[in-house]
Amino acid sequence: MAYNVIGKNVQRVDAIEKVTGKAKYAGDFLERDMLVGKILRSPYAHALVKKIDVSKVKALPGVEAVLTYKDVPEKPFSTCGHPYSLDPHHRDIEDRHILTNKARFVGDAIAAVVAIDELTAQKALKLIEVEYEVLEPLLTPEEALKDGKLLVHEQFDRNILSDVGYQIGDIEQALAESDYIFEDEYETSIVHHCHLETNVSYAYVDSNNRIVIVTSTQIPFLTRRLVALALGLPTGRVRIIKPYVGGGFGNKQDALQEPLNALMTLAVGGRPVKLEYNREECMIDTRTRYAFKYRSKVGISKEGKIIGRDIFALANSGAYASHGHAIVMCAGHLFRYLYNYQAIKFKPKTIYTNLPAAGAMRGYGVPQITFAIECQMDDIARKLHLDPIEFRIKNLNDVGYVDPLSGVTIYSCGTRQCIEKGKKLISWDEKKAKYQNQSGTRRRGLGMACFSFLSGTYPSSVEVGGARIILNEDGSVQLQIGATEIGQGSDTVFAQMAAEVIGVPVDTIYVTSTQDTDISPYDSGAYATRQTYVAGTAVKKAATEVKEKILTFVSKLKDVPPSMLDIRESNVIFKHSGEAVMSLGDVALHAYYDKQHAAPITSDTTANIRMNAPCFGATFAEVEVDLETGKIEVVEIYNVHDSGRIINRQTAEGQVHGGVSMGIGYALYEQMLFDSKTGKPLNNNLLDYKLPTIMDIPAIGVDFVETEEPTGPFGSKGLGEPPTVSVAPAIRNAILDATGVAFNQLPITPQRAFEKFKQAGLI
Amino acid sequence: MLKQKISFTVNEKEQSLEIDVRESLLEVLRNRLGYTGVKKGCGAGECGACTVLIDGTPIDSCIYLAIWADGKKITTIEGLAKNGELSKVQQAFIDEGAIQCGFCTPGLVLTTTAMAESGKKFTREEIKRELSGHFCRCTGYQNIIKAVEKSLQA
Amino acid sequence: MFDLARYIEAETLEEALDLLIENPKLKIIAGGTDVLIKIQHREIENTELLSIRKIKALEGITKLGNGQIVIGALTTFSIISESPIIKKNIPVLAEASISMGGPQIRNVATIGGNICNGATSADSASTLFAFNADLKLQNKEGERVIPIKEFYLGPGKVDLKPGEILTQIIISPENYENYGGHYIKYSMRKAMDIATLGVCAVCKLQRGSIFEEVRIGLGVAGPTPLRCTEAENFAKGKAVSPETLAEIGRLAVKASQARTSWRASKEYREHLIEVLSRRALSVAILRAGGEKIA
Repeated sequence: MAYNVIGKNVQRVDAIEKVTGKAKYAGDFLERDMLVGKILRSPYAHALVKKIDVSKVKALPGVEAVLTYKDVPEKPFSTCGHPYSLDPHHRDIEDRHILTNKARFVGDAIAAVVAIDELTAQKALKLIEVEYEVLEPLLTPEEALKDGKLLVHEQFDRNILSDVGYQIGDIEQALAESDYIFEDEYETSIVHHCHLETNVSYAYVDSNNRIVIVTSTQIPFLTRRLVALALGLPTGRVRIIKPYVGGGFGNKQDALQEPLNALMTLAVGGRPVKLEYNREECMIDTRTRYAFKYRSKVGISKEGKIIGRDIFALANSGAYASHGHAIVMCAGHLFRYLYNYQAIKFKPKTIYTNLPAAGAMRGYGVPQITFAIECQMDDIARKLHLDPIEFRIKNLNDVGYVDPLSGVTIYSCGTRQCIEKGKKLISWDEKKAKYQNQSGTRRRGLGMACFSFLSGTYPSSVEVGGARIILNEDGSVQLQIGATEIGQGSDTVFAQMAAEVIGVPVDTIYVTSTQDTDISPYDSGAYATRQTYVAGTAVKKAATEVKEKILTFVSKLKDVPPSMLDIRESNVIFKHSGEAVMSLGDVALHAYYDKQHAAPITSDTTANIRMNAPCFGATFAEVEVDLETGKIEVVEIYNVHDSGRIINRQTAEGQVHGGVSMGIGYALYEQMLFDSKTGKPLNNNLLDYKLPTIMDIPAIGVDFVETEEPTGPFGSKGLGEPPTVSVAPAIRNAILDATGVAFNQLPITPQRAFEKFKQAGLI
Repeated sequence: MLKQKISFTVNEKEQSLEIDVRESLLEVLRNRLGYTGVKKGCGAGECGACTVLIDGTPIDSCIYLAIWADGKKITTIEGLAKNGELSKVQQAFIDEGAIQCGFCTPGLVLTTTAMAESGKKFTREEIKRELSGHFCRCTGYQNIIKAVEKSLQA
Repeated sequence: MFDLARYIEAETLEEALDLLIENPKLKIIAGGTDVLIKIQHREIENTELLSIRKIKALEGITKLGNGQIVIGALTTFSIISESPIIKKNIPVLAEASISMGGPQIRNVATIGGNICNGATSADSASTLFAFNADLKLQNKEGERVIPIKEFYLGPGKVDLKPGEILTQIIISPENYENYGGHYIKYSMRKAMDIATLGVCAVCKLQRGSIFEEVRIGLGVAGPTPLRCTEAENFAKGKAVSPETLAEIGRLAVKASQARTSWRASKEYREHLIEVLSRRALSVAILRAGGEKIA
């Protein structure tokens, strides 16, 4: 199908605002007499507050309020940005207080102050006297699981948050029937999102006695619900406003500082209070990526077919549940669309420890499990002397696959073409031949990895997206969505969709990028690779409705059946001849001001999406390994994606670049480190946490296989998270190819490489 | 004793104000003068989001005392577009799709502006080095490099 | 807002020295990239700052008639890395300077501050050690010149007497003329990082094939920057060969006092010292007019 706007490199709708510095983020609103909130954080990973004395603080000039755990609601709440579940067994764990008397990680919030400025607030924190009873910190899941250990949360026996898993088919039989069995362990690290804008909000009570919170969030509506629950307030008394967001990557899919910020303004009679995390706080008291340990047992037939997979997973949740067991379960679900299995057993455990709380991060568990699976695919291929690519292709799922647990069907699948394209892009065969017999201290190698992902959360969770469209008096269009722009480019894609459907130039669409829970249509927010697929469907639906209303309106004015009319370039035309009937501007003027027919044309719709579309892709990487120093450089890297039809190639490529770059960090550079005795963070800043710089990232090649997904708007599927998923295993497999050394633990730092190369006798 | 009067120009506009010597240039620009295009990403010179040009040279305004700006010429992102026209660098960032969340954008555009105004030629490696004081988590830096190359074309 | 109790600006060196005598609590600030971050992270509180930023006499790079190269303590890393005098006479120092932090930091951070900070990881230090740099220190009573090696006393500790200011870094012609050198900053990232190991190797050759002199300065190989004396003595008069280089690398490790931290293990650091000393020196040989070592 030929489109006018879909598939074009339309300029970002927020580009000018952002490039001129006019775009406002949560920290950019300067209220008069804004107060500053600061948090007193526990220096211990596990401790009870025995005594807390704030009397000295209250005497400090400039301090407006002091809050401790005594001032917060007793009922615990969940911070997780999931839509509520009507099923009581499927709800998020309520294990958190706004301020706590039991510190569960270094940095846990014990008390808070509100003062006239930051310096005063900082000085005030020093005057709070706390007496702690220090408890033994539990810093690894293995430690936390041991008998007789303390409990991070009293109600969770052996610190097991959950160990619900699943089984498909008869795994015992499948393994028994296999010709070969392989069993290996793989481990990933704790990493941080490192969005450039730290977590920041400000809150005040407005003239209607509403608590207004302007905040950097991915989930305004869910945050409203969580704040109301945390404070025991009616939902309607809380109003969340989301301006531009300086990156989220999943971290802002939780209620983070907002409940405390609300409490702070209430404590000072509703005056505006700003609560901004500095980088160090942002890296410990937001969320992290779950570190997983996998033990994966795979049965393979003589023909190289995978028969069954038995996976044990240990997920480190840190001090609080946040997204809880959902992340490991998502990992256990989304990998199934890639390869065919007769049987799968997935036995995960999510464990509480005394480390910062883990939560959502781009990929939501899938980069972790894909690391295990795709490393193991190469390990198996090596042992069986199979070509790693042929081995994968032989086992791929294809169109027609119906997942036995979710019921999700593959209607479009471009994995094979992605692999073909990737092979060509990196000159796989030529280079493989060239690098066959290398000696010396610098060695090159090639590796690849595939993945499957989904577009949204259905059927695990409800998927609704809201859109509102208003035809303005001059024929231009206001577009409001509940889905949040956090940098990924969704507002632009929505504008393209609305323009395409209605039949107007994209620059006549005005997108409201701010979400305001008092005004915006409901949507659960930016996460789960759902925006284009779910919210896009809502936009398409709203636009279709507006178009129908326009044509019906004109048919009344002109006495022509609506079926004869269409809209092109902002003109209502006769379908058969293309002759203009009326300009959209004239239509709109009549819709607003015609004494007889006036009825402004709007639509306000919700799409409830009870489908899902698996998306696929592959990473191809070439590395150069310096055996002597353990340094590994990615020389070339390509990601090829099947995300259905690409709505905007330039923004889509941008998503892939960012995801691949994050994957390179995950593979080689990034990890949050903690003192192994005390649990104190060692590198919670951007100097010691090795976020790659521009000099560390090579040129990233991107391509797409544009399948036509029948369930997605304009044939599209999701693309937000997938680019990050298969990068680390591809790099790891390239290192294996170059050196023969298998790294089963991320990140592959020079220190680790040195140790393994030494072990292998390479140095 | 902590208050001092300073004069400087911001985006060619003369400013004379009494500041607190404890304030960073970042704080004065954002909180006192409303130039919120100057972003704070770390407060410790680690991320580059707060970059402004001082007499044409990029510096991190978060670790630069405001009092040091006395007598200097400051350029922030708000000063680049003239009469509603984007600068060549700004336009290149838009054309090449170098903007995503936009938080690192002001700093990167300013450093690129300094490079363009230097009249020097840069290889791709030199471009990377010049930009290496800016972190970006969204773009993998790919389109940023393209935008800078476009900005530097004669 | 930075937690300052006081801020004073000296216009001249004399004024600064007078102020230091009056108030020994004053902490000197130049570029601010170390001091302000320490204040920001609340490592120091209620600080009384003495700014020496306006003292023009402490800026700039000159080559004296006797061949000495004099770098004012207030000279920024950007200036050093682009200085024609440095690029022509001590290009390794330009190489080391451009490895420091990122451009915005180099535009304000000063070499004097880098040295007085006393960090073993200072990007200027291993190179200045390798060139036998001298430091000129001045107080109210007068000035003294000491070798940089003697200035570093321990981690974060330097031999700065009360009332003293570092004014100049001096490198003498006999220490740089006809030397080739190379600096390797070994860090986890290619920019915005602190060194896991800094290696500066310089050498002078006889007839292109005999080591007349080798000097190796290391950063982060011990509590202070240091020199590999045993390796240097061994090299003197030896033929340039893979075997000599390998032995120099091995001996370089002997000078180090590496330790295990969360950043790297002792074993790995020592391995790096051996490998990178050898690599740095092999480039230095080329630059000193020697042949490529296989």
